[in-house]
Amino acid sequence: MPTFVRTDKCDGCKGQDKTACMYICPHDLMKLDKDGSETGHAMKAYNQEPEQCWECYSCVKICPQQAIEARHYADIVPLGGSVQPLRGSDSIMWTIKFRNGTMKRFKFPIRTTPEGSIDPYGGKPEADMSKIEEPGFFVQCNGYRAGNRSELIKL
Amino acid sequence: MAGEFGNPEVIEEEVDILLIGGGMACCGAGYEIMRWIEAAKKDGHNLTVKLVDKAAMDRSGAVAQGLSAINTYIGTDLDPADYARMVSNDLMGITRDDLAYDLGRHVDESVHLFEEWGLPIWKTDENGERHDGSKGLTPLKDGGKPVRSGKWQIMINGESYKWIVAEAAKKALGTENIEERIFIVKLVNDKNDPNRIAGAVGFSTREDSVHVYKFKACLLAAGGCVNLFRPRSVGEGTGRAWYPVWNAGSTYAMAAEAGAELTMMENRFVPTRFKDGYGPVGAWFLLFKAKATNAFGENYMERNKEMLDDYPPYGHAAVPASCLRNHLMLKEMKEGRGPIYMDTVTALANLRETLSPREVKHLEAEAWEDFLDMCVGQCGIWVGENIEPEKKNSELMPTEPYLLGSHSGCCGIWVSGPTDVGAPTDEAHADKGKIPAHLPSGWNWGYRSMTTVKGLFTAGDGVGASGHKFSSGSHAEGRLAAKAMVKFAIDNKDWKPELDTDVAQLVADIYQPVKTYLEHKDYTTAIDVNPHYITPKMLQFRLQKIMDEYVAGVATYYNTNAKMLEVAEEKLEMLKEDALKMRAKDLHELLRAWENYHRILTAEAHMKHIQFREESRYPGFYYRTDKNFVDEENWKCFVNSVYDKKTHTWTCFKRAHTDLVDKSKLFK
Repeated sequence: MPTFVRTDKCDGCKGQDKTACMYICPHDLMKLDKDGSETGHAMKAYNQEPEQCWECYSCVKICPQQAIEARHYADIVPLGGSVQPLRGSDSIMWTIKFRNGTMKRFKFPIRTTPEGSIDPYGGKPEADMSKIEEPGFFVQCNGYRAGNRSELIKL
Repeated sequence: MAGEFGNPEVIEEEVDILLIGGGMACCGAGYEIMRWIEAAKKDGHNLTVKLVDKAAMDRSGAVAQGLSAINTYIGTDLDPADYARMVSNDLMGITRDDLAYDLGRHVDESVHLFEEWGLPIWKTDENGERHDGSKGLTPLKDGGKPVRSGKWQIMINGESYKWIVAEAAKKALGTENIEERIFIVKLVNDKNDPNRIAGAVGFSTREDSVHVYKFKACLLAAGGCVNLFRPRSVGEGTGRAWYPVWNAGSTYAMAAEAGAELTMMENRFVPTRFKDGYGPVGAWFLLFKAKATNAFGENYMERNKEMLDDYPPYGHAAVPASCLRNHLMLKEMKEGRGPIYMDTVTALANLRETLSPREVKHLEAEAWEDFLDMCVGQCGIWVGENIEPEKKNSELMPTEPYLLGSHSGCCGIWVSGPTDVGAPTDEAHADKGKIPAHLPSGWNWGYRSMTTVKGLFTAGDGVGASGHKFSSGSHAEGRLAAKAMVKFAIDNKDWKPELDTDVAQLVADIYQPVKTYLEHKDYTTAIDVNPHYITPKMLQFRLQKIMDEYVAGVATYYNTNAKMLEVAEEKLEMLKEDALKMRAKDLHELLRAWENYHRILTAEAHMKHIQFREESRYPGFYYRTDKNFVDEENWKCFVNSVYDKKTHTWTCFKRAHTDLVDKSKLFK
């Protein structure tokens, strides 16, 4: 579906050099048209290579103006449907509209901790250099499965 | 001095360890490595590390969009040996048990961290009812019961899976040790030892700069390969590949050019997925108990089950190998009993009979979440075609082929494995004399996850002859490599990397497509049609056409033969020559140019391996119609290869396979 940017909503991330959608797109598709020479819309972003869009929705979810939506692949999908998220800090809400007008709404959790709160090594032991060549990681979280050694038939 | 288009600024940097990629594997490596680096510091070793990603870590790699399940979680009831057995059978018997077993014993450690960091994991309560991961039920590490959608899979609310894993990795590494939007395109061997790695070069996709890194060790984990075959959708839908479209074979191509031994590059994955959107089928089959049928409602796994007898023992396991399930489906398609359907209507009706109204509502949400968490595009097709799964069945379709080592595929790089699980230390194959002499014997040579090139490590899609690691396993594998790289860097503390190629030459090579463009752009009026260059897009179309028509793509129902491969060989050689004439009119196109160069080398490796392996090891993924059988006597072995970047030629050879766990248990 390639994603598209609505001219009435995109503010070019307020004149910064790079937009949020440019920052996030994993495939380098989003581009800011600074002077309007490429789209006729100065200081607004656009999808420069729609046929390479994976529909990952990273740009849709991150856009602070909710200016990005998706128009599903024109070579596959009949017109008229839409799938639009609103991603919050702990959940995401989806509004789904079918071609025939049927609507559905879903809300799903996305994380159980506040964004930015991860303390990667908090409460974790230091690495023990004497064990660097042994199996196992620097920290054990009850997940190491030592296994039944008799299963290993070449030992 | 800032660079300009055609005249980039050159930035040189030396670190001890470079991490190339920002997906699950490199995030795992980044997390694990800093703790060992801190510990090493106490022994007087000051190691530096840097991670470079061509995208942004929050949404890079195969998990960028999110996932609805973690496909590898061993739990307390299964043994790593069970896992190694499953991996082996699904990949038709030829996998490295040492690698699968080692992954199996480590992987749950990473899953427990994900949950601690905030990934919601579904749980089953004491009454057997399912709850989503936000309900605060007992964590897995303290004995909480996951919702199993299969023997190995657990369900999650995974929209932000990558965001969460990246946050931990970024905090561990420190932002000063991370550079995003740098695309590494070449590894550089050491001046004094051609079998050693000393550096890597790439460019910024945002500024006119080339980046040259020197290091003692590097982790090359830049994903698998997508869009080397012509996709089924060729308009806007080209981007809707099943695996992420930005996986361009960079891992395999750069490793091959550096001289690393590749393994099982003939293997591919042809997933059967919801047609056109490529939505996941796992939850439908395993959680919702749906059946796939032909157009007449017949279950082809039942109807054609005698076809499994042609492939003992792999067809006789409780779950037959993935390729064989395709094999049975393709019979229906070829004989005109398509379309193939996922019978969602019957499955949901059956479930409603046993569930409360509240649970039914939850079930409908689960079905949609399965796609919304990881494949929104499939929902796009459902809404456009007015498909509500309880009312209308959806078509299934086998996709174009993908190359990868972390999902249900096992192509990749030959790496050193663990030393405590009984892996061979010598080469036992009758043709061992044909293995190039500089390559190691046995399955371990000092550092876990190191390739046959000294200092070059890999993980995730990079590690071949294993598979079924998925997201969690790739993270764990990155962590295994990280530890070994720290040890390697300490053991080589006095060694100084020296590049075998001048920096000026490297810069010129990387920016050649820009130079070509600037030199010739005014020769014609239409910038895309010019006899002096080829656009990366057209080059990609050419590659896809060759692979599709001659190397067992969808055009031939995955069939090829020695004669077709001979044609492909000739055409690929010319394509590789023409790749030097790619143009780049801007940095975005320079990115595409190098991605496609990597795709061509990966495709060539795939073709050469299929040519060398004179059997059809993966029926349903590809067929050599001139050798349409599985030949256990002559071909139950690894096919490995090395590439010579000076002569541009491949050498394929066999290595012996052996079982480290008893596979007969699968068939009892």
